[in-house]
Amino acid sequence: MLLQQVADAAQAGAHPLSGTAARYVWLLPVLPLLGFVLNGLLSLTSAFKLGPADPSASHDDHGVHAPAGLEHGGGGHGDDHHVVARHRHAGLASLIGPGVLAASFLLALAIFAAMRGAGGGEMHAPFVQRYFSWMPVGDLQIDAAFHLDQLSMVMVLIITGVGTLIHLFSIGYMQDDPGYPRYFAYLNLFVFFMLVLVLGASYPLLFVGWEGVGLCSYLLIGFWFSEKANADAGKKAFIVNRIGDFGFLVAMFMLFAHTGKLDFIGVASAAPTTFAFGGAVVTTICLFMFLGCTGKSAQIPLYTWLPDAMAGPTPVSALIHAATMVTAGVYLIARSNVLFSLAPAAQLTVVVVGALTAVFAATIGLKQWDIKKVLAYSTVSQLGYMFVGVGSGAYVAGVFHLMTHAFFKALLFLGSGSVIYAMHAAYHHTGNHDDAQDMRNMGGLKKYLPVTWVLMWAATLAIAGIPPFAGFFSKDEILGSLFLRAHGSTLAEAHWLGIPGSAVIIVCYMLGLAAAFMTAVYMTRMMLYTFHGPNRTGEPERGYLHEAPWIMTGPLVVLGVLSVFGGWLNLPSLLPLGPVGLLDHWLEPVVGEGTLRVTKGVVPEAAHSTEVALIGAAVVIAVVGIALAFARLKPARLVPKSQSPAEHGFEKVLANKYYVDEAYDAAIVQPIVSGSRGLLWRGLDAGLIDGMTRLLVQGKDDDDAPGTTVPMGGLLSRSVGWIGSQLQSGQVGTYAWVLVVGVLFVLGAFTFR
Amino acid sequence: MREFLLSVAYDRWILPALLALPLLGAALVLIGNRTSTEGDDEVATGAADRPRLVATLVFALEFVLSLGLWWSFDAGRSGWQQRFDMPWIPSWGIRFTLGLDGIALMMVLLTTFIMVLASFGSWTSVRQKAAPYYALLLVLTTGMLGVFMSLDLFLFYMMWEIMLVPMYFIVGIWGGQRRIYASLKFFIYTMVGSLLMLVAIVYLGLQAQHEVTLHGMRQVVPDFSYDTIMATARVTPHAALWLFGAFFLAFAVKVPMFPFHTWLPDAHVEAPTAGSVVLAAIMLKLGTFGFLRLAVPLFPGAAMNPTVRTIILTLAVIGIVYGALVSLVQPDFKKLVAYSSVSHLGFVMLGIFALTVQSVQGALMVMINHGLSTGALFFLIGMIYERRHTRLIADYGGLARVVPMFAAMLTFVTFSSIAVPGTNGFIGEFLVLLGAFRTYPVLAVIAATSVIITAAYLLWAIQRILFNPLDKPVNEHVPDLNRRELLLMAPLLACIIWLGVYPAPVLRRMQPAAEQFVRIVETRAAMATADAQGGR
Amino acid sequence: MLAESLFFSAVLFTIGVVGVLTRRNAIIIFMCVELMLNAVNLTFVAFAQVYGAAGQVFVFFVMTVAAAEAAVGLAIIIALFRHRQTVNLSNINLLKG
Repeated sequence: MLLQQVADAAQAGAHPLSGTAARYVWLLPVLPLLGFVLNGLLSLTSAFKLGPADPSASHDDHGVHAPAGLEHGGGGHGDDHHVVARHRHAGLASLIGPGVLAASFLLALAIFAAMRGAGGGEMHAPFVQRYFSWMPVGDLQIDAAFHLDQLSMVMVLIITGVGTLIHLFSIGYMQDDPGYPRYFAYLNLFVFFMLVLVLGASYPLLFVGWEGVGLCSYLLIGFWFSEKANADAGKKAFIVNRIGDFGFLVAMFMLFAHTGKLDFIGVASAAPTTFAFGGAVVTTICLFMFLGCTGKSAQIPLYTWLPDAMAGPTPVSALIHAATMVTAGVYLIARSNVLFSLAPAAQLTVVVVGALTAVFAATIGLKQWDIKKVLAYSTVSQLGYMFVGVGSGAYVAGVFHLMTHAFFKALLFLGSGSVIYAMHAAYHHTGNHDDAQDMRNMGGLKKYLPVTWVLMWAATLAIAGIPPFAGFFSKDEILGSLFLRAHGSTLAEAHWLGIPGSAVIIVCYMLGLAAAFMTAVYMTRMMLYTFHGPNRTGEPERGYLHEAPWIMTGPLVVLGVLSVFGGWLNLPSLLPLGPVGLLDHWLEPVVGEGTLRVTKGVVPEAAHSTEVALIGAAVVIAVVGIALAFARLKPARLVPKSQSPAEHGFEKVLANKYYVDEAYDAAIVQPIVSGSRGLLWRGLDAGLIDGMTRLLVQGKDDDDAPGTTVPMGGLLSRSVGWIGSQLQSGQVGTYAWVLVVGVLFVLGAFTFR
Repeated sequence: MREFLLSVAYDRWILPALLALPLLGAALVLIGNRTSTEGDDEVATGAADRPRLVATLVFALEFVLSLGLWWSFDAGRSGWQQRFDMPWIPSWGIRFTLGLDGIALMMVLLTTFIMVLASFGSWTSVRQKAAPYYALLLVLTTGMLGVFMSLDLFLFYMMWEIMLVPMYFIVGIWGGQRRIYASLKFFIYTMVGSLLMLVAIVYLGLQAQHEVTLHGMRQVVPDFSYDTIMATARVTPHAALWLFGAFFLAFAVKVPMFPFHTWLPDAHVEAPTAGSVVLAAIMLKLGTFGFLRLAVPLFPGAAMNPTVRTIILTLAVIGIVYGALVSLVQPDFKKLVAYSSVSHLGFVMLGIFALTVQSVQGALMVMINHGLSTGALFFLIGMIYERRHTRLIADYGGLARVVPMFAAMLTFVTFSSIAVPGTNGFIGEFLVLLGAFRTYPVLAVIAATSVIITAAYLLWAIQRILFNPLDKPVNEHVPDLNRRELLLMAPLLACIIWLGVYPAPVLRRMQPAAEQFVRIVETRAAMATADAQGGR
Repeated sequence: MLAESLFFSAVLFTIGVVGVLTRRNAIIIFMCVELMLNAVNLTFVAFAQVYGAAGQVFVFFVMTVAAAEAAVGLAIIIALFRHRQTVNLSNINLLKG
């Protein structure tokens, strides 16, 4: 029915958005791309010193010039030997970097206004702008085209809006870094790819953004690449993501093989007729696609890269590893809602994995000491919630949580950035080499960082799910919808590994509550240890602790407001504090059909009492969690990291993240590397194949490298050569005889044939 | 543009001119040089100045001339274009026939493009016997272009062998430590394959023989013309299998397919920079081009025989995964890239034998992309080798702080080789896998796992070279790229982005040829199967 | 006439071949080779009577080659003699592999 309308609108010709600001949609990503180019040039031209015309000749030309940046060190805020070295183009870079993004955000607002003018949630056909043909091959026609609809609009607003704030924050946070323009270049490039991801009109184009953001994530995690750990973390992020991308690729191949389409409109219209409901093919496609999501959005089993990704600068963690890139998986499932709604078994998988990840990551978060690691595991856990939402067919709830999470998690990360900035500055002044991110070294910071303290509490209450903060509404909507799906939905009737869907959903609902409880605990723990109790920095450092400059606190305040009031964007009917269900209505044209298929065409209405009970349970659990943390955790008893005793028992297991990294390394990485070296390269390649060549043809290696010369080598060529050499007597007479006999033989053969 | 080209009859003289120009250039390079004694550093003494300038100018002229093909080529038409035909050895039915289809067009352009850079890139790295070096590069170009252009099987074979000789000398004289071993290995492997091909070509020529009047006498002569053989040569299924085997061996060694690949790492590692570039960027493509032009269309019955096809596809997929895994553990960066070539060329073979329009087009794109990306990688390795005289990854570390421009370029090219979307590499691999999935889903999925391993080995390598602490004092004073090197890399980088963002013009030019390939092979394979069943 | 000429040249050629095969002295072998060449010349001339002048042209070619060969060959033999003090071919096997 909905698709019919789409087709009608397309036939009608003029789209309501044509002729409005939306026709400049291409500028949205192009502006950050321009920023990338300019900042990249700034970065390269200032660091680059032209080499000599003849590089070989200059080899003994030592010590003529030590390249720029060498003395400054690549060390950043996260490591110990950070040296202040403001880049000479810093001013220009801080104009370009945030500037292009702000322009992009303003344009996004204009397009948003145009969209509302064109009917907003009533606009049923996406606005597709086709620019040029990208991959025209036979029956495969992939265009470079942008697909603007309500869902991509929401994403664009989050990306450019939160992105602009984080860019502004970075001006302060990164100001003394020698790689300042390079930082903004990467950040701008990231936003470009992220916008391509959400605006692309087909799966391959989405994939361009998908891999592109992974690339930028790689570059930014390893931004301070001179530390091996940072470079390792970047590489790990990219490779783990590639495992997911493999899944995404296979999903695309299957889609194309079965529907012959790869653009969203084509797939959405072909899917319901091509695929049987709950069929094996569509389920496999969705599962492979979800494998892609587990990589990008850090779900079990591919979540391990995200905590390591904290090696990057803190604003990067806020933008990429909390607010935008990691939510790409949620976006992908929401975008593919038609497919997922056809495959309840795959949806249940998404729900189960999401719920398990939410609980699992939350338990690890309970015992982390690094302030950013706590937030990283919290992000993994919250992403699990989003997958529970989109997995259960509550696409709006998932996207809603994506949005509120972008607000409060960005705030938390930037707040932690502000803390680290203060700690680092203090350590820098006193020449201390302690860990500036370890909470055991902090404590009592509320006195020194009052603004950060207040705002981070707001974000903490939001993530814990305390009304009326933003996270309460979104988390409640996810858990509530999940609970309702236990009856009368396609999910409840499907089976997952032989277990009835309704049972799976109830268990996952419990897991969700447990995760909510732990979220409240670990977030309160983080706040207590960081801001409350006595200060554990040394006496000399204490004098240098101070609040960050306004360019950093300003964005925090804006995010704080959004974290408090963001929930108003989709109020439940139970709490009509303002217009109810704005986001529900807004996204209805995009995800409505998928949602209705899951709920079998009825809009689920819970009984009033059930709804009150659900909300009550969630709130009680959050409050109990916070209270418990306050009651049990005593910041006063904490000692700085250097004097802390080692953990024991289960605590140690948690602090070491269940040893998952070690297990992966031992079970997968090491066997592959040593197998490739010993078995494939040394054994098969150099041993068997080359060995055969040596044995038969080429016995002697030219150099004196031991082990490459086979004693009896060249068997074939030697024996043939020996036979040949025996014919060479050197006697001209013999040769003449052979010649004559040969001539006679040939003549005879011609004569008597 | 097209009108201008037509007005100078460009279509009629361009192909022979492209073949003749490098030979003339080779003569020009060899004469009139200052003499220099054995062991002199000719770059320092200036003895290399003239040869390198003349050679680079000739290559540049060659490239500019060949660029006209881009416009004069009619993208909407299948069949041969720019055809040139004249009798050569009439009594043996050998003709000098040249012509292009979309596939050959791209290969010719790739060759002329890469050769300019190869010559320019040898500017300071070839310091001894410069004149013969550049002359050999020029002769090599004629050979390679000849293979892509010839429409006569005998001519094809001759060109195939012509290009072998200069490469043998380039590796053997200007190569590294183990150059003699490597060049000999290269020569033996290639020769073994190509001699069998000669036998097969002669057999085919005799099959297509017909009666002609020569000097007033009627004579039966063989015919080596590609079109005639395609149209008339009838071989029994049994013979076709043997003939295909002969062609297969020649081309599979060249590609190189697992398990015929072990000459490649040695040759790559020992060859001078330009040698590695030409070897990787163009010569490997001759193998896959051979499959596309000769082995598969001539014997579709044999090539598409389910058993044969499965074996080849399996070898291709093994090559993809195996090459990637072996790359993972290479201590020598050049060897790593060499094994990665085995992996990438496996994609080409997968694409060709999966036989869908997408996979064949993808295979063609991978051929072009691999030429650009791997060529660029070898150039960059050569540049850093000129500075530090080592190829071992372990000897580097933290270079990004010392040589930011080099680091930026190496990172960029690496990502193209990893096939990150937005660069050329993605287009090729995506199309191959997408197309192959339609006919061989399981193999395509296995091949797709290489996207993970490829990222792993390349990122690990550049991490150990560019990132990590700068812990070796000798690396602290490495100079960054100079103007010539920047000028060298710029066109490669531009092509990498262009083909990643807007490959449609290239794809459109190759489309008719790829479609025709798929159609001919499919119909003829079906006919061959029907014949075989009918004969039984 | 043709038959006689051919018979005669065949005899001459056979004598030359036998000489080359049986003798060991380089000078004699050399002379036998010349004998064979002249036998061929005779055949050419004989056939030229029947088929036209082309055969005679070849005779001139052969004579030129023979003259060149005599010059080079005798020089080689002299050089050989200076080195080895012998022209007996059974003592000379420089070509042995």
